[in-house]
Amino acid sequence: MRITPEVVERVARLSRLELTAEEIATFTAQLSSILEYFARLDRLPTEGVEPTSHALRITNVFRDDQVTPSLPVEDVVAMAPQAHEGFVVVPRVLEAEE
Amino acid sequence: MEFETVIGLEIHVQLLTQSKMFCGCSTRFGAPPNTQTCPVCLGLPGSLPVINRRAVELGLRAALVLNCTVHPTSQFHRKNYYYPDLPKNYQISQYQYLEHPPLGTDGYLDVEVDGVRRRVGIRRVHLEEDTGKLVHPEDGTVSWVDYNRSGVPLMEIVTYPDLRSPQEAKAFLLKLRQVLQYAEVSTGRMEEGTLRCDANVSLRRPGEPLGTRTEVKNMNSLRSVERALSYEVARQREVLERGGAVVQETRHWDERRGVTFASRSKEEAEDYRYFPEPDLVPVEVTPEWLEEIRRTLPELPDARRDRLMAQYGLSRYDAELLVQTRATADFFEAAVAAHPSPKAIANWMLGDLTAYLNEHNLEIEQLRTTPSQLAELVRLVEDGTISGRIAKDVLVEMLQTGEGARSIVDRRGLVQIADEKALRETVDAVIRDHPEPVKDVQAGKEKAIAFLVGQVMRRTQGRANPALVQRLLRERLGLPTGS
Amino acid sequence: MKELVGRPYHELRPRLGKDFSVGELVEAYLQTLEALEPHVRAYLTVTAEEARQQARALDRRLAAGESLPPLAGMPVALKDNLCTRGVRTTCGSRILESFVPPYDATAVRRLREAGAVVLGKTNLDEFAMGSSTENSGFFPTRNPWDLDYVPGGSSGGSAAAVAAGEALAALGSDTGGSIRQPASLCGVVGLKPTYGRVSRYGLVAFASSLDQIGPLALDVHDCALVLQVISGHDPHDSTSVDLPVPDFAAALEGGVRGVRVGLPTEFFGEGLQPEVRQAVLDAVRVLEGLGARVEEVHLPTLEYALPTYYLIACAEASSNLARYDGVAYGYRSPRARDLYTLYSRTRAEGFGPEVKRRIMLGTFALSAGYYEGFYKKAQQVRTLVRRDFDRCFQEVDVLAAPTSPVAGFRLGERTADPLQMYLADVYTIPVNLAGLPGISVPCGFAGGLPVGLQLVGRPFDEATLLRVAHAYQQATDWHRRRCPLRRG
Repeated sequence: MRITPEVVERVARLSRLELTAEEIATFTAQLSSILEYFARLDRLPTEGVEPTSHALRITNVFRDDQVTPSLPVEDVVAMAPQAHEGFVVVPRVLEAEE
Repeated sequence: MEFETVIGLEIHVQLLTQSKMFCGCSTRFGAPPNTQTCPVCLGLPGSLPVINRRAVELGLRAALVLNCTVHPTSQFHRKNYYYPDLPKNYQISQYQYLEHPPLGTDGYLDVEVDGVRRRVGIRRVHLEEDTGKLVHPEDGTVSWVDYNRSGVPLMEIVTYPDLRSPQEAKAFLLKLRQVLQYAEVSTGRMEEGTLRCDANVSLRRPGEPLGTRTEVKNMNSLRSVERALSYEVARQREVLERGGAVVQETRHWDERRGVTFASRSKEEAEDYRYFPEPDLVPVEVTPEWLEEIRRTLPELPDARRDRLMAQYGLSRYDAELLVQTRATADFFEAAVAAHPSPKAIANWMLGDLTAYLNEHNLEIEQLRTTPSQLAELVRLVEDGTISGRIAKDVLVEMLQTGEGARSIVDRRGLVQIADEKALRETVDAVIRDHPEPVKDVQAGKEKAIAFLVGQVMRRTQGRANPALVQRLLRERLGLPTGS
Repeated sequence: MKELVGRPYHELRPRLGKDFSVGELVEAYLQTLEALEPHVRAYLTVTAEEARQQARALDRRLAAGESLPPLAGMPVALKDNLCTRGVRTTCGSRILESFVPPYDATAVRRLREAGAVVLGKTNLDEFAMGSSTENSGFFPTRNPWDLDYVPGGSSGGSAAAVAAGEALAALGSDTGGSIRQPASLCGVVGLKPTYGRVSRYGLVAFASSLDQIGPLALDVHDCALVLQVISGHDPHDSTSVDLPVPDFAAALEGGVRGVRVGLPTEFFGEGLQPEVRQAVLDAVRVLEGLGARVEEVHLPTLEYALPTYYLIACAEASSNLARYDGVAYGYRSPRARDLYTLYSRTRAEGFGPEVKRRIMLGTFALSAGYYEGFYKKAQQVRTLVRRDFDRCFQEVDVLAAPTSPVAGFRLGERTADPLQMYLADVYTIPVNLAGLPGISVPCGFAGGLPVGLQLVGRPFDEATLLRVAHAYQQATDWHRRRCPLRRG
């Protein structure tokens, strides 16, 4: 099947999930069999069928350009795992550096 | 080796809305960190976006002034990637290649550099939300995130690779800013962060297909753009002349060192996994809505310049300067409406008024002085009430205080002395007191008359009508008065 | 006061403030909760004190002679993927174990404004991904009818709470059957509204184009009362429709004479437990006896519904769950060394295996080179599924089918094979794909476990669903049976 451990590793990277070797093996097997089952979709012809990209047939739902109250900064800080003077703190993000 | 420079720009402008793209938080700049956020722009669990109608209107205005084809239906997509300034780890944007096109495509903007006119194609215009801002404090182990900017409405404008020099790129950005400012879509200022620009640069021999391009990022001012692109063009030229090949990569501009450098290579190209945004419904632009928007568009800079030239007999150079900003052009026309002396008003605006604005770092909108007040000043000079010299001082006081010209003139007793009888006395006194210059004048040294005129002006606190003074002096000294 | 527990709200409401106070009603439920929780484990967070406070406030208003809002004093439970301001909302996941939202979901706010008293937050499969509540990151909930059996999922906690008398009604969410299937397994009524009928603002998203919030209750009448309160346009949710909300309670009466009921052949094929088939067909015969016209219909795309659903749901979920990254809220891994491991270890440690599986499946389906063959294909098949239903509704007014292929399964029975678990939702999933309203009502037992009858209606025609279901309940008493746990 098209799912190899390399594919699983690539997808795990894209999804930002650190997997153990065991998990990679298990997921490779499980995803393979799931996708194999899903392959039955290929049997159904869908030429020219519009994809349902939206569940409802409505358009133009807008809000007016009005300012409404924001959350107090204390709320934002309270939710953050790490904060400093109103900022949310994360490990150093390396900007473009030589 | 003859190389042609090929440049395309990818520009993000911040739209002039009060609130964000998908929520009601304020877009005001400069607030303390994380004081303008809510569940939506923080990407809290359970939050949902709702489109700001004004942002769509501004996007449509921009698409129209950039001569784009506006598409009847457009939708938003998710661009999925991980970064700390992106709360949901996806950005709601508009993608070109799925079922629906973005807001506008295939437009153009005409730019002129050193007499060369270039039509720069616009590939697409679309809407998206801005990310938060990262701050990197000195100590180096952490970074800080401020989500105030997260969700601010942006418009992305992508050009075709039609620019042929760094100077053209800069001119394009200036023109773009002007046009967007006229349409009240954005202030478009790089220094304020309301316009950001990345560039794609490549070289090729004329007639050949496009060369390998690099992406240049981190240019933070118009000057940087010109410098960075010049550097990159030179760098690529050098590589090619050596027989090497240009590597397709992203290069960052380092303002301090004046170079572009290749940024850390990523392991692999990012796969954004675009798909239609299921939390939003499509935007349908009816012909009626588009027409309504078109009707509210102002006269654009080029058209206005041409009209000013035709209507008021201005030179192209002067007209171009007067339409720099919509506010300047509005000021000019309002002044002319109050007093129909377009050339004089233009001179005052482009001369003393501009000098004052530059010196004090002001925009014309910030002046207390009104167009009719300027018009009044010009009228007072033209009808001889005050001299041009005095008028300059009066203007400065007007600009400083917002007081009207007539009021200042009367209060300070600056009315020009045009009374011949009164002047004759002063003229005679000056002649009496300065025999040497008088002898010079009578000996044929015309230049010495300027000194005598100056003396009369001094004794009259500058209020004497200079032309009259000239004539009286000449009469007294027996010279022809026709000069 | 224990006899108050197990009576539907519409029977209690006329007596409220006369025979008993709000405080007594709420206390009765809190006591039952306390007694049965060690066995059922329906709740993740119990807000007893807040509930008592709310009850006292309502009693004060009653005493002052105020007329009370529609659900005053109703003790309710909320699935823990509904944001509740100031109250922990975990989504059944360790990654949100300590997350306290600063805002209420719209549906929650409307319930509160209607006077409902929130007893707590109920257990669910992690991020609503599952059909048994065994995927909860904390512990499984048990079926009050037989504690060795699952309550269904993902709204297992809500269904079990109502069935056990630990709440009078509850809110759940339904993406592929997560209200209807647990309602069926626990012998209560569960309704999934039409997509767009109830605001999703504040419902932690699993699959944006499929998720809906809905009520679980003891009978159809109570279900209608709760649906009334939570339905309606919300400017915070662009996908909530701006349509008037009918009077659902008024719509209950009317009977089923002349109503055309369709039985989709494909829903009665292989894999359906015989006793379940029998109970459902008996229920349909009751409807026939009441004057409904029953006919056979066809939904040939049924066999494609499951893969279609999973591809779409997982793709949307992979994007919706990307925000759980340890940055601005929720769990952050102590093993984060840099930005990449902040993400990868937080998510590895915070998410359970089913969530990871679905995220990866979804990421794969959207990735370059696979989008056309997987995600786009699934969305096209979805259109075909919708058309199948549209065709049926030209002939009939409602569809009748089993809710679940089996009456129940034991804890641990299906956890080894993900696909086996997915098949539990084979009859409910197509309804979500088409965005239609669906309800499950108790219609019998198999091996001591409840069986559910599923009814599916036209878009925004919850009224007909409620009318038919109510007529069924007027003629039967399955919905009055109470689980043995309660009788003890």
